[in-house]
Amino acid sequence: MIAFPAPTPFEVAPRRSVIARLLSSDPPRSRALSIILIGIVAVLAATPFLFSGSQPLSTAAKICVFIALVASYDLLLGYTGIVSFAHTMFFGIGGYGVAIALERLGPTWTSVAIGVAAALMLSAVLAVAIGLLSLRVRAIFFSMITLAVASAAAVLASQMSTVTGGEDGLSFQLPPQLRPAFRLLSEPVFGLTINGRILAYYLVFFAALAVFLVLLRIVNSPFGRVLQAIRENEFRAEALGYRVVAFRTAASVISALAATLAGAMLALWLRYNGPDTTLSFSIMIDILLMVVIGGMGTMYGAVIGAALFVLAQSYLQVLMGAASASLSGIPLLPDLVHPDRWLLWLGALFIVSVYAFPGGIVGHLRKER
Amino acid sequence: MTDVTTSASDTTELPRNRTDWLPLLLVPALALVALPFIGNPSSWVTLTVAGLAMGMMIFLMASGLTLVFGLMDIINFGHGVFISLGAYATLIVLGPLAAWGEADSLGLNLALMGLCIVVAMALTAVVGAVFERVIVRPVYGNHLKQILVTMGGLIVTEQAIHAIWGASPIPIALPESLRGAYVLGDIVMERYRVFAVVIGLAVFGGMELLLNRTRIGLLIRAGVENPEMVEALGYRIRRLFVSVFVAGSALAGLGGVMWAFYRQTLTAGMGMEVMVLVFIVIIIGGLGSVGGCFVGSLLVALVANYVGFLAPKLALISNILVMALVLVWRPQGLFPVARR
Repeated sequence: MIAFPAPTPFEVAPRRSVIARLLSSDPPRSRALSIILIGIVAVLAATPFLFSGSQPLSTAAKICVFIALVASYDLLLGYTGIVSFAHTMFFGIGGYGVAIALERLGPTWTSVAIGVAAALMLSAVLAVAIGLLSLRVRAIFFSMITLAVASAAAVLASQMSTVTGGEDGLSFQLPPQLRPAFRLLSEPVFGLTINGRILAYYLVFFAALAVFLVLLRIVNSPFGRVLQAIRENEFRAEALGYRVVAFRTAASVISALAATLAGAMLALWLRYNGPDTTLSFSIMIDILLMVVIGGMGTMYGAVIGAALFVLAQSYLQVLMGAASASLSGIPLLPDLVHPDRWLLWLGALFIVSVYAFPGGIVGHLRKER
Repeated sequence: MTDVTTSASDTTELPRNRTDWLPLLLVPALALVALPFIGNPSSWVTLTVAGLAMGMMIFLMASGLTLVFGLMDIINFGHGVFISLGAYATLIVLGPLAAWGEADSLGLNLALMGLCIVVAMALTAVVGAVFERVIVRPVYGNHLKQILVTMGGLIVTEQAIHAIWGASPIPIALPESLRGAYVLGDIVMERYRVFAVVIGLAVFGGMELLLNRTRIGLLIRAGVENPEMVEALGYRIRRLFVSVFVAGSALAGLGGVMWAFYRQTLTAGMGMEVMVLVFIVIIIGGLGSVGGCFVGSLLVALVANYVGFLAPKLALISNILVMALVLVWRPQGLFPVARR
């Protein structure tokens, strides 16, 4: 008789904790980093309860939006290894989608949905068109062509004033549940009245969190692995049978869609969208700075970079103003630390990060573990 | 191993490179096609001259970038800041010598322009050398880092311009004899645009001579096509590259001066604004090709002018349309040179 081996039980995948599953088994991998991340998320989640006034809440909402936006850019820059300058264009499309729909169709949730859906479709079509036109030849074409297309889009948005409100942009009304006058509960919670503004903040917060976790899932999927393979060695990835153009285009579409969602969030929070808030080239530079300083190809770098940058934007200028005042009398030096020159120092930090810390802050923290 | 047969083609002449005429014909063809649509010959001449002048200025700014790319596979996104620097350098000259520009003498006016150009080119050449050494050299062979780091250089230099010259826009005046326009019958040609065409043609002619008739030009062209081979033959391609980078920066400075007097306002972001056109032009021309860059510049500027006259709404995206059409026809640009 031939002895059959006993049937082995099905391989049971090791049970992963809820946290590990949420993070797609890609934890921060550094104690310091974990503490910082938990701190940032906790403060963001509790901002309405911790601080009073609208300024901290706006800063926190901006950080949330930029976390989603920068994470989506990281998918392109850090994981796929291509530089796009059209990310603000998709950001702007999201903003204008919501703004135009709410202004034209009235302040209802249906118009929000229509606006977001239309913006997502337009972004996807544009991303595919740009990708197929430029990625077919060489990745470096992509950078230049996205720059050209993005600047054309910015000009177009400011010229088509009947649709987009031109340079003035569009102000609009939100659905009633998100207006400051709305009360979710009649009683205050921990001394805080839950009004529409707080709801709007949590909408932005959870949307950003969801976008971030989905992006984290994507970069840790087999698809994300192929993107990293292309980044490391395009030729070898092609030789292994992966269609580089298709994968790069898909990555640019996913990242464009996430940027569109971020734009929609920002417009909902600001109740306004205009060329300067979402489309301008300086925002593109801000995104680059955030990704690189935070850490390319890490996703968590987006959280750190966005939080650091937005805080620096708001509070570094105060510090520099003090430094500038104390240096007055010396030629040129006060001008170099003038509060308006904060970008000079972040630019220098950016160059140093590219050379010395290619992994940015996150990479540095992980190495020190 | 020893019996190396000499090839029979020793005595016969090498086959000549076939000139690719088709792209060269595009510009005159475009101008001719536009004529019936515009109808009025005198406005056609005005538009064409204006377009040529614009094209020459773009060419000045783009030619250095395309050579640098072709020679060393470096893409410098910070190139725009040399344009701004060149523009601001005019202030160094215009400050003490403003009277020369007001004087009603062609000689003094041209001397002032010449001085502006020399100072701007010297300044941008020096900054270009520093930029190459500090910013670009550590990231050879890595496109991603090049783009990032040159963007960083752009931010820092732009902010430095703000710190030195202030953040608000600065108006500058054209020298007296370059203001106004030549009028021949119905045809109006702005003097400054004619001046720009002359300068642009001179630079293009000079570059073509240098590239095609001198030893150093031969080395540059050889380096664009196959840098390893030039290096293997014992030439220091590094030094060649640094000089091309410096020359390219100086040309951007020259373009910046021309662009500054054309706009008559200085802003630190002016270089980056025009970089969009510059990139479109070098993509159309084929990365690394000076001739293609020239044709591309004229093409883009003429189309922008004609379309702006015929259908102003379309003019905003006409550049992108031209680029898309060219890329559909020749995905590598009009004259693909650098095959990498």
